[in-house]
Amino acid sequence: MSKTIMTVDDSASVRQMVSFTLKGAGYTVVEAVDGKDALTKITGAPVNMVITDLNMPNLDGIGLIRAIRALPDFKFIPIIMLTTESQDTRKQEGKSAGATGWIVKPFKPDQLLGVVKKVLG
Amino acid sequence: MSSDEGLDKGREIFIEEAQELLTELESALLELEENPADTELVGRVFRAMHTIKGSGAMFGYDDIAKFTHEVETTFDMVRNGEIPVTTNLINLTLMARDQIRTMIEASQGGPQVDEARSKEIISGFKLVMAKDSAEREVASSVTATDTSTTGQKEAPIGRTSIVTYRVRFRPAPELFATGTNPILLLNELREVGKATIIAQTEAIPALEDFDPETCLTYWDIVLTTDKGIDAIKDVFIFVEDLCEVKIETIDEGGVFDEDERHLKLGEILLSRGDVRLDDLKGVLGKQKRVGEILVELGITDESHVASALAEQKHIKEVKEQKQKTDTASIRVPSEKLDKLVDLVGELVTVQARLSQTVTDFSDGVLMSISEEVERLTWELRDNTMSIRMLPIGSTFSKFKRLLRDLSADLGKEVNLTTDGAETELDKTVIEKLNDPLVHIIRNSVDHGIEQPDVRVAAGKSRYGTVHLTAGHSGANVLIQIQDDGKGLDKDVLFAKAVEKGIIQPDAELSEKEIFSLIFAPGFSTAQKLTSVSGRGVGMDVVKRNIEALRGTVDIKSKLGVGTTITLKLPLTLAIIDGLLVKVADDFFVIPLSVVQECVELTKEDIARMHNRHISNVRGAIVPYIVVREHFLVDGPRPDVEQIVVTEVEDKRVGFVVDYVIGEHQTVIKTLGRIYRDVEGISGATILGDGTVALIMDIPKLVSVVEKIESSSYETALSA
Repeated sequence: MSKTIMTVDDSASVRQMVSFTLKGAGYTVVEAVDGKDALTKITGAPVNMVITDLNMPNLDGIGLIRAIRALPDFKFIPIIMLTTESQDTRKQEGKSAGATGWIVKPFKPDQLLGVVKKVLG
Repeated sequence: MSSDEGLDKGREIFIEEAQELLTELESALLELEENPADTELVGRVFRAMHTIKGSGAMFGYDDIAKFTHEVETTFDMVRNGEIPVTTNLINLTLMARDQIRTMIEASQGGPQVDEARSKEIISGFKLVMAKDSAEREVASSVTATDTSTTGQKEAPIGRTSIVTYRVRFRPAPELFATGTNPILLLNELREVGKATIIAQTEAIPALEDFDPETCLTYWDIVLTTDKGIDAIKDVFIFVEDLCEVKIETIDEGGVFDEDERHLKLGEILLSRGDVRLDDLKGVLGKQKRVGEILVELGITDESHVASALAEQKHIKEVKEQKQKTDTASIRVPSEKLDKLVDLVGELVTVQARLSQTVTDFSDGVLMSISEEVERLTWELRDNTMSIRMLPIGSTFSKFKRLLRDLSADLGKEVNLTTDGAETELDKTVIEKLNDPLVHIIRNSVDHGIEQPDVRVAAGKSRYGTVHLTAGHSGANVLIQIQDDGKGLDKDVLFAKAVEKGIIQPDAELSEKEIFSLIFAPGFSTAQKLTSVSGRGVGMDVVKRNIEALRGTVDIKSKLGVGTTITLKLPLTLAIIDGLLVKVADDFFVIPLSVVQECVELTKEDIARMHNRHISNVRGAIVPYIVVREHFLVDGPRPDVEQIVVTEVEDKRVGFVVDYVIGEHQTVIKTLGRIYRDVEGISGATILGDGTVALIMDIPKLVSVVEKIESSSYETALSA
């Protein structure tokens, strides 16, 4: 069975790119537009991994990571955050919130798949 | 050995080596064309040229050395990033490669070398070098950054040293809370290089105190890789601040110096004769190992000793691997192998005789010896055959070049993809396969693949694909040539065959039969003759050549989608599994690969079918050939005969014989010149008691009989 990955980003183009790349590699993809949307959609869905942006309206990435880690079902799933070079402090914040790893924007499809393979197997 | 002889031997080896290097050069160049930035490929091209030049000069091929020198110089500049890889350069180098081949052939008595062409090619290279160095000067004076990027590009060359590292990966207990799976990281390490991983579990408490959500295990890893320390660090990039990752280099270069090993005290005493081996062994047996002593004294624990021992083992393995690759193969002239196969063939024959004689004696001791000999003979036979096996990949890579040149000539855009290049086949089969494959691929590109604009109009990709596959299927090897071209048009083929007088206009043919018309002599479907596919003499020759190898050709096609041609070939030519049968006092062998089953044929059966050569095999109608009649064997037919049912080209045909004796390991002997043209017999073999059995050529027999039948049918009609 193919694994399900949730991509959370307020930018439709980033979602599109992530989604297209992952689907091409055989993963099932669930899209969410912000942290709040993601939390609604994740409950009940068989999500194996989350890829989230950090700066989003309603509920930002850090908040989302903390919230996901608080859910018993998703305590140990890999969570990857999308950051920019300048957000080093945010990266630290994300890590202490429980993120597994990060991808620096802008990234290429191959890099994305490399990281997914690294943390999801 | 006189020095002259030595030189001759050297020349022979040089020529053989040069041929291989040229093949390697060609495939490297073609790959380079696809990935012009691959410095590794440039390195390969350079090395090939360098070796040809060096050994050429050593064995007195000064012309080759001089010519190659220019090419080498150019690629040295490419390697240093001074000249870019361009299509022009690749074309030029391919031409140079062909010229070197001609030079080698000329030295072997081949046609004279066209000196003017050599000069032309060399001046081409000089032009490339001059132009690009001039451009480079301009470029470097304009922007300084440009040269710095080329500088970076060349860095990867030469960084292939193999290093062994010791890695200790000790994650923080809360590792799991970040969603990290350490197993994945360890698997990733295994992909980096050869890794020995030992888990250290001493920190894990008893079950009642154990919290499965914490990570208390840590790992010792010994890793040998050529990818450098950064590749290892990359694996741990997400966890570096949560984990302790210690990487130490324990060996550089991958080679462990033999001389560094010092003799142990015991060995020295032994070699001086001061102690005897038995005494030494006894004393050593009493001595405890260092690890055991350390554990006993509580200095360290067993798991750490185990880890250290694993490291020792890992390094030993790497070392052995290294030595193995150093002496992995030896070069032997193929005549020696042919001789060996002949001898094994003789041995198999003698062995059969031995078994037969022993059965007559019924002596238990002799019997067991004979069985031992039989087992060893089979093993020897299988081993000898496997020595002659070569991967078909080298042939495949030749076709890459062929396809490139062809598609350029025809203005088509065609890619060659291959699968199963590692499939092994008898050397002789591979050699004889070359021409038929060339023909088929030419046909595919010329007649099958359409022009790019036609393809686009038909909704296909403008790039056509020819796909070559090789794979095993029982005792056979299947080779498929698949194109995604326009496919065969049944109606066109039919009309053409009628026009050429190959078939009657009212003939009723199945799709398969229509497709196989292209193998008929004198058949050509191309509207115009091109220089590429010749004059339609190709495909019937292909079929004949494949059949000469005791193989079959099968063709499938779908209009507008493409054509697939499948060649089915036996693994080896020298020895086959056969079914030994008897007709009166004569023995025949039917290749077991075509045999499906054996059924009885009684006089009543024949009467029921009104003497027509047709039998009812479990409800299916199977026509048969009476071997006795066909080969004009005298004597009365026994009351109960045997039909050996064979399958040839999807048709079931029976062969009626007196007795079926059984399976027989058949060593194929070619027939003498007088009998060579006998239709329906492909060779002979010698049986255990020394009698000769003829090997039946089943496909040939079937087609011969079919021809006789249809002509007698026509005579009957016209009469």
